[in-house]
Amino acid sequence: MSQVEEHQGTRRDFLYYATAGAGVVVTGAAVWPLVNQMNPSADVLALASIRVDISAVDPGTQLTVLWQGKPVFIRARTEEEIAEANAVDLASLPDGLSQNANLDPTADASDANRALSEDGVWLVQMGICTHLGCVPLGEQGDFGGWFCPCHGSHYDTAGRIRRGPAPRNLDIPVASFVDETTIQLG
Amino acid sequence: MAGIPHDHYEPKSNGEKWLYSRLPIVGLLYDTLMLPTPRNLNWMWIWGIVLVFTLVLQIITGIVLVMHYVPHVDMAFASVEYIMRDVNGGHMIRYFHQNGASLFFVAVYAHIFRSLYYGSYKAPREVTWIIGMLMYLLMMGTAFMGYVLPWGQMSFHGTAVITGLFGAIPFIGEGVQTWLLGASAVGQPALNRFFSLHYLMPFILLGLTIVHIWAFHTTGNNNPTGVEVRRTSKEDAAKDTLPFWPYFVIKDLFALAIILAVFVAIVGFMPNYLGHPDNYIPANALATPAHIVPEWYFLPFYAILRAFTADVWVVQIVQFLSFGIIDAKFFGVLAMFGAIAVMALAPWLDTSSVRSGKYRPMFKWWFWLLVVDFFVLMWVGARPAESPYDMISLVASTYWFAYFLVILPVLGVIEKPLTPPATIEEDYNAHYAPQSDSAPVVNPAE
Repeated sequence: MSQVEEHQGTRRDFLYYATAGAGVVVTGAAVWPLVNQMNPSADVLALASIRVDISAVDPGTQLTVLWQGKPVFIRARTEEEIAEANAVDLASLPDGLSQNANLDPTADASDANRALSEDGVWLVQMGICTHLGCVPLGEQGDFGGWFCPCHGSHYDTAGRIRRGPAPRNLDIPVASFVDETTIQLG
Repeated sequence: MAGIPHDHYEPKSNGEKWLYSRLPIVGLLYDTLMLPTPRNLNWMWIWGIVLVFTLVLQIITGIVLVMHYVPHVDMAFASVEYIMRDVNGGHMIRYFHQNGASLFFVAVYAHIFRSLYYGSYKAPREVTWIIGMLMYLLMMGTAFMGYVLPWGQMSFHGTAVITGLFGAIPFIGEGVQTWLLGASAVGQPALNRFFSLHYLMPFILLGLTIVHIWAFHTTGNNNPTGVEVRRTSKEDAAKDTLPFWPYFVIKDLFALAIILAVFVAIVGFMPNYLGHPDNYIPANALATPAHIVPEWYFLPFYAILRAFTADVWVVQIVQFLSFGIIDAKFFGVLAMFGAIAVMALAPWLDTSSVRSGKYRPMFKWWFWLLVVDFFVLMWVGARPAESPYDMISLVASTYWFAYFLVILPVLGVIEKPLTPPATIEEDYNAHYAPQSDSAPVVNPAE
């Protein structure tokens, strides 16, 4: 390296970088609409809330409704199921958070924080396994709640993950009672 | 091009010369077809042709099926049944396409394990190998999206599971999943775009096929001895090779004929043997099939995905070290893609100086154990996720990683390989009587 020329920013260098920079910006601007068109369209985004009549749901049975393309489990729990859910030591749960969209995100996974009604009877949750999105089966598994047949996740009677690959408790959507026999989702 | 020395195309007539000076396409085709090919290739070198044939078969039957298929959630299932019942010969075309996917994967697995045994992935063929791995990934993507299109129960819930894999990525996962599906759940946007991509990707595969062939035509084929063709002179090269046409074309076509006889028998007599009856039930978002299983060709990697649950100590350590960012779910996803990534890195993980497994006494055992491991994973992937299958899949998954990350690097150091023959000619003459015009064999079957 005998002759290293002091490299100074020439007009040509400037044009080179400016052209390359403009090219990158233009390419990005052209690609973005192509990427963005795959995001949910306006009709999908239009947040629909639905009202569900639960007058026909007896204790110990479950109503499954489709909301925003996803199944929602609405279960009227029996006394035993509630007692069983309350008996669980919260510290032993794989996921200690309620995962309840109606509550503060840091709320713990106690049964009271999971149930929709004060008496603990009504449990409303997304019927989507938090592992890879299968629909769990009711009244199955080792904890008397739900069992996902895809990869063997066991949920208890409060929809909390107890064993298996799922990382979180079943999600609880925004829901509220409109009157005694009607629940609004969303 | 630093290829094997051989005769190149020379335009003779005026017409040929006219075209050659403007577009040397005939020369390109001639040199491709007359490529000097090691004369000792065995029957495991036929799968490339089978793969090219199957790709063309899938593209042609696919284009025809699209003439009748409707990518809409309300009509997709019915339009497939319409193809099966009303379209002239439609059931046969669909069964060829459906089972063609299985033929594709049989061939690609044979092709991959051939390369793993004979060290085809080693220098200087790493680029061929990497392109091959990309094609394998693309094939899996194409097959998965194709399986969604009939919109049966397995299609629908399989899509939920596979797109859920992307949802496992920390922080951005949910956004990526929503972007892929075009909604928060599987539905019309997903079906429509998978249809579009399922049509596109085979053509990318076709392009990559050409690059794949270009790469190994530059380096020359590997062969069962792993010894390179001599490039010292055209005469030496000719003793090690034969032109691709007609010798290997005829051989490959013969093998293809036998494979197609079996394939057509399956298509004709047991077309649904490899499928799942659940996919003949229209998609229903409210009920997951009791036993959700992917197609057979995904089972080994599906088993790896499921193997790493939260009670495995490796998973717990990783979760602790990553401050909980990598949970069991994401770990499983990483393991599944990692299983293919370690395979793609084989050229750099294998430290042995000897290419072909034929001359590696210890390697042979580990290799065949890997083959067994692959079938164990395939079997266990179809079992329910319970004891003892969880333990079996964990052990089998561990071996898969150990083979590439530990055994391949270590073997090259501790193994004492046998001496491969000096030339391909020597190997060839040891198996077949020497030709009258070639030199007498000095030392047969050393």
